[in-house]
Amino acid sequence: MIVVLLALPFAGAMLAPLVRGDRAARWFGVAVTAMTFAVSLTLLSGIGGPVRGTVDARHAIDVPWIPALGVRFHVGVDGVSLPLVLLTTLLCLLSAIYTLTALPAPGKAPLLTCVVLATEVGMLGTFVALDLVLFFVFFEVVLLPMYVLIAVWGGPGGRAAALKFVLYTLLGSVLVLVGIGTVYAATGSVDVVALSGRGGAGIAHGTQVAAFLALFAGFAVKAPLYPLHTWLPDAHTEAPTVGSVLLAGVLLKMGTYGLVRVAVPILPDGARAIAPAMAVLAVAGIVVGSLNCLVQRDVKRLIAYSSVGHMGFVLLGIATLTPTGINAALLANIAHGIITGLLFFAVGAVKDRYHTADLPTLGSGLMARLPVLGGLLLVGSVASLGLPGLAGFWGEAFVLLSAFQPASGLPGSLFTALLVVAGVGAALTAAYFLRLLRMLVTGPDVSAAAAETSGGVGVVADANRVELLAWLPLVLLAVAIGLYPKLVLGLTEAPVRALMGVFGS
Amino acid sequence: MTRTAWVLPLLPFVAALVGLGLAIRGPAARRVAAIVAALGTGSAAVLAIPLAAGAVRLAGPVQAAVEIAPTGGALTVSASTLVDPLAGIVALMVCWVALAVQLYSVEYLGTDARYPTFAAEVSLFTAAMLAVVLSGDLLALLIGWEVMGLCSYLLIGHYRELPEAPPAALKAFLVTRVGDVGFLLGVLLLGRHAHTFRITEVLAAVPSLSPGVLTAATLLIALGVAGKSAQFPLHTWLPDAMAGPTPISALIHAATMVAAGIYVVLRLHPAFAAAPTTLGVLAVVAAVTMVLGGLAALGQDDIKRVLAWSTVSQLAYMLGAAAVGAVTASAFHLLTHAAFKALLFLAAGAVLHGAGTGSMSRLGGLRHRMPVTFWVTVVGALALAGVPPASGAFSKESVLDGAYAAAHGEVPGVAPWTGWLVLAAGLLTVLLTAAYLTRLLLRTFLGVAREPAAAGAAHEPGRLMSWPVLALAVAAAGLGVLTGPLPRWLGGSLRLDAGLTVVSLLLVATGAGVTYLQWRADPAADPIRRLGPRLTAALAAGLYVDRAQQALVVRPVQAVARLASTADREVVDGAVRGTGRATVRLGRLLARAQLPDVQRYATGVVVGSILVAVAVVVTR
Repeated sequence: MIVVLLALPFAGAMLAPLVRGDRAARWFGVAVTAMTFAVSLTLLSGIGGPVRGTVDARHAIDVPWIPALGVRFHVGVDGVSLPLVLLTTLLCLLSAIYTLTALPAPGKAPLLTCVVLATEVGMLGTFVALDLVLFFVFFEVVLLPMYVLIAVWGGPGGRAAALKFVLYTLLGSVLVLVGIGTVYAATGSVDVVALSGRGGAGIAHGTQVAAFLALFAGFAVKAPLYPLHTWLPDAHTEAPTVGSVLLAGVLLKMGTYGLVRVAVPILPDGARAIAPAMAVLAVAGIVVGSLNCLVQRDVKRLIAYSSVGHMGFVLLGIATLTPTGINAALLANIAHGIITGLLFFAVGAVKDRYHTADLPTLGSGLMARLPVLGGLLLVGSVASLGLPGLAGFWGEAFVLLSAFQPASGLPGSLFTALLVVAGVGAALTAAYFLRLLRMLVTGPDVSAAAAETSGGVGVVADANRVELLAWLPLVLLAVAIGLYPKLVLGLTEAPVRALMGVFGS
Repeated sequence: MTRTAWVLPLLPFVAALVGLGLAIRGPAARRVAAIVAALGTGSAAVLAIPLAAGAVRLAGPVQAAVEIAPTGGALTVSASTLVDPLAGIVALMVCWVALAVQLYSVEYLGTDARYPTFAAEVSLFTAAMLAVVLSGDLLALLIGWEVMGLCSYLLIGHYRELPEAPPAALKAFLVTRVGDVGFLLGVLLLGRHAHTFRITEVLAAVPSLSPGVLTAATLLIALGVAGKSAQFPLHTWLPDAMAGPTPISALIHAATMVAAGIYVVLRLHPAFAAAPTTLGVLAVVAAVTMVLGGLAALGQDDIKRVLAWSTVSQLAYMLGAAAVGAVTASAFHLLTHAAFKALLFLAAGAVLHGAGTGSMSRLGGLRHRMPVTFWVTVVGALALAGVPPASGAFSKESVLDGAYAAAHGEVPGVAPWTGWLVLAAGLLTVLLTAAYLTRLLLRTFLGVAREPAAAGAAHEPGRLMSWPVLALAVAAAGLGVLTGPLPRWLGGSLRLDAGLTVVSLLLVATGAGVTYLQWRADPAADPIRRLGPRLTAALAAGLYVDRAQQALVVRPVQAVARLASTADREVVDGAVRGTGRATVRLGRLLARAQLPDVQRYATGVVVGSILVAVAVVVTR
């Protein structure tokens, strides 16, 4: 089934440029992503039951690929990767649906569909790969279509932002490759399952630290970890709506997934050595990201910076090197994908309607003008600020919980101090989202006054049916996971415990 | 019984979901929305009667739980219900006050186009409060706890055209949220050391916890309590919250939100009792808040703001009682306060509705035109001031007596100085309470109308507004009867000391008498004018705590945020761009070529890195 999962969007990406007409191409995209989503759902059937080994991949396929180097086409899913696979296929489907009603300029739907599907192949491949070289290949495959997506369909600064994105993440990729090379040099293996099972046995401490540092730095660019985050606000601000959704919803998760799947279990000693620094930077990201949000004028840039803060929580969870922390990080990952996906859809729709993302220009009272769109922004914002009962809360709460008791060997008092600072960051998160809501969503409708003075923006329509179809699944998921986080934790808990067995507990 | 406890919050929750669906259809759905809201809360109110009746006879708590969030470690979070006498009684109170508010709102917001949204949000608010009351899991309790914060945000901002409404809503959410971060950390700390989030198990583990952990955890939780229950220094949101519709004030001040903070302290009291430092801090906070609230209430011009500051001050009685170990007295005051404060707010709403303003400097002489409202306000005021036989007299006396007992070292684990502190502040506040209530009654209902036009149009409200008010008046007058059975249900004791009662009645008489004499001298002027302009201005501004908060917290944070943004742009990203530029220059130098296009650049980087990797492999 996993081969089908990858082959469907791949074939779709190959065929999409051949489809004639914008309408047909967009429907083609919906059909392919819908089928891929359906296939990803069937993977659920093999998940569950007792976990055997450190990585118990189901639906696995393992065939030789580059025999000379011992590289194999080894793929499979477990409870750690499946939630991300499902998130990817869902967000791709919703993006395709959304494109039905809002095709970003300059059109070219066949090419757009091709690019989105190519991105999907790379993202899914990254999450299912169980061979380090294969992982790296898929990790790289994502870059090019994403570059095209931002450069072609992006705003006026799209090309520059896309270039920055590509160069920056390419730099990260180089480091990842160096890390993989070092692991291969030390062990002669690139098999994730085997290497996780070894738990770093036979790799000298210094080598582990060096390799982990390389992998960590590479993944940190992608995640992004402070201070390697500055490509993100530019890329998000210029990217078209679907680009932002996929970027925030899935791409950032490739970095944190890489840490959980590759770096931490294969190089536990290296992880232990770097974890305190990682935790400090993660918390710095939470605070700096939130502070930046407090003064942003551009609403897309604001949401982008909020991602820096949220991913800081994810990285803090990973840095505790405990099952609780990793579980929390994976849950926060998924929640962030859902909620920030929703927020980028909503602010993208606002930008498309008013042709600006500048908060003072947009003015307050969106709720009075467009109650549905305003309501969605409200839901997305309160979910993102971590309202208990919605998805964003649990992951971040459990990250804080795990920081109370990091893995043995890590400085407990440092983590306690960090979690208090992270708590302050959580309060700041509430502050900037409430500021956003006050400037944009609640309050008196100023458009009437603005229309009289500036010639007006004309009548703007509220969310249409297609948009609702693309967005409501995210709202429902945010509520469902918020009330019953076991939906995700039930999948991740057992595999994470097995994965983290090497750290004791 | 656990089944009822599951269903109770669900009824208003479902009503809220249906109501939000109706709200999309706009004002046309008003009638249906009203019926849905009344049915949701009404059925819960009916169901709460057998629940409470059964709960008070329970020997031990009854609970049921479903796991919703395994953490991957030893801890797990469950959706659970915990029914004991306290939960049963408070749930009953919440349901009936909420029902009164729902019915009252049908008429009060009779011409409001957004009534359906409002009614749905009130239902959600009620559901969230019931979830807090009945939750048996500390972390799951946070769901209801913070959904209430969200509802207060939405409802305070209901009149979106009012300039003061959006900032007031933001402030309510943000200030309580700041406290909630402390609450969350406290709960996590408690859970991590007790190895459980279940309330009964946490309390059972209290004796085995180290004093340091207990003190830290309870102090953090107290931060959340201070936010929700509007205690110094996180009380500043409550007076501003008056920008919301009046029924909401009644709901927030009586049955939900502010009551939740006190309720959690009572719920977790064994943990607090084991942390003497926390009790001391709570006593100081309560004493400061009590007097501050009473003083500020004296200086307000708007009826609703007087009542808001009075809530701040009365909640401090409950917190103070909890701090000196008088748990039953605290719960008692929570219940009577719910009745008389809801009554006073709904009566104030009738004044606003009838006379068109709540500003006392524009009112006066309303008792002729609104006799019913006048008399129910008198009943509420007597209860609030603590004049027997109104309910507040009994609950307040039992709080004071609890403090008196603690002051004499009769409460184990409570330092006598905290008892003296709460007692002194409590008695001073009795005096202030009598003064501000007398001022409110005199300036609103007696004397002559200051704006005859407004007074002339004043009228009594219709039945949907009057009946809930009358029912609450009966409760406010009569809840003193609980003095007997409450200790039996909740455990603990309620004592009323005759000497202390005489002292506080003398203080009531003094406060009311002085205010009356000042008013008598010039009925048109403000009785507090003799305090001088500087002092009255300070009282009206709540002794400038707000201003201090602005200067010490809000502005520094904004300045740091601007700094961080600049640093991010100039330093962090500057370094990135600088590296890029340097690389390009180096590239030009080396290749003596033009800037390569991205593809070539990328290829170069990939090829280079592969070479590095190969080199590593070869040289190992």
